[in-house]
Amino acid sequence: MIAALAFYFFAAILIASAVMVVTSRNPVHSVLFLILCFFNASALFLIAGAEFLAMILVIVYVGAVAVLFLFVVMMLDIDFARLREGFQRYAPVGAAVGGVLFLELLMVLGTWRFADDAASLRINPTTPGGISNTAAIGRILYTDYIYLFQASGAVLLVAMLGAIVLTLRDRPGTKRQSVAVQVARDPKLVETRAVALGAGLDTIGIRRPLPPPEPPKKVEHAADHAADHGGHH
Amino acid sequence: MTEPLLAEYFPILVFLGIAAAIAIAMVGGSVLAAHQKPDSEKLSAYECGFEPFDDTRRRFDVRFYLVAILFIIFDLEVAFLFPWAVTLGQIGWLGFASMMGFLGVLTVGFIYEWRKGALDWE
Repeated sequence: MIAALAFYFFAAILIASAVMVVTSRNPVHSVLFLILCFFNASALFLIAGAEFLAMILVIVYVGAVAVLFLFVVMMLDIDFARLREGFQRYAPVGAAVGGVLFLELLMVLGTWRFADDAASLRINPTTPGGISNTAAIGRILYTDYIYLFQASGAVLLVAMLGAIVLTLRDRPGTKRQSVAVQVARDPKLVETRAVALGAGLDTIGIRRPLPPPEPPKKVEHAADHAADHGGHH
Repeated sequence: MTEPLLAEYFPILVFLGIAAAIAIAMVGGSVLAAHQKPDSEKLSAYECGFEPFDDTRRRFDVRFYLVAILFIIFDLEVAFLFPWAVTLGQIGWLGFASMMGFLGVLTVGFIYEWRKGALDWE
């Protein structure tokens, strides 16, 4: 009884927020409704008994993917009012494409054949014998499906390398800490002084590092610059 | 069926109900009880008397995106660790070695991104 009520409650919110994702004018609001959607889908998974999937949905989709979507939306900086300008013009073409896709989906669903035990499996994803969901996945994922598991590791590696290669840029002029250089510095160049407790600048005085050697003056460049300046004025 | 599993989650449902009730009570109470006097000036920007110059939503640096991607990848890695940790006693050395291979592959990527400086901010 309570489970049925909870199902209808979460399903209603899920569908309502999914509609809001599509129809919301502000893309940031769309992403936030998508997060609400994920939460409700996770509750539905939980009601169906797929405990592990529900938690993974929250951890991965709400925790990471939604944040990524938010960053992408904020990074794009699209003028959405300008994007909607051609709506009237392109609406017939878009409707035609959507209609064709819808017909194709209908044809696929019309010839869909379910396995005989699919209905009973669908309403009962929990494993018999008191094995929890997570344990049931763990028993087969790392041994029976070892190749797929290793392939998923490779896919994650490729995603990592791809993200770094695509987005990491070297910024000239930024100062990074180089631990190796610091450690390998000549200790004779560094002076260590014991400072008495409470001794301030009055007793020690300000000690400044030696000024760096002056770079050779660029006479030509300076002259050029001066001439340039004079010419402009 | 799933009844014993759901019974464990019933307190969470109760908490959700309480949270929704409190939220609705706060918003609805302020709507019902407070003195409403809407004015467009109350919503306008107070910025020393002039309108803001540009949009609040400006373009983000792509580095946020990189951090988010790297976070997702290690998030997934941790997600894979949960069923493994639960069943480590049953899946034997093959399961252990399989996870070590998975972690090794991702550690290669981790060393790569560390050496490339993708984890440094500036």
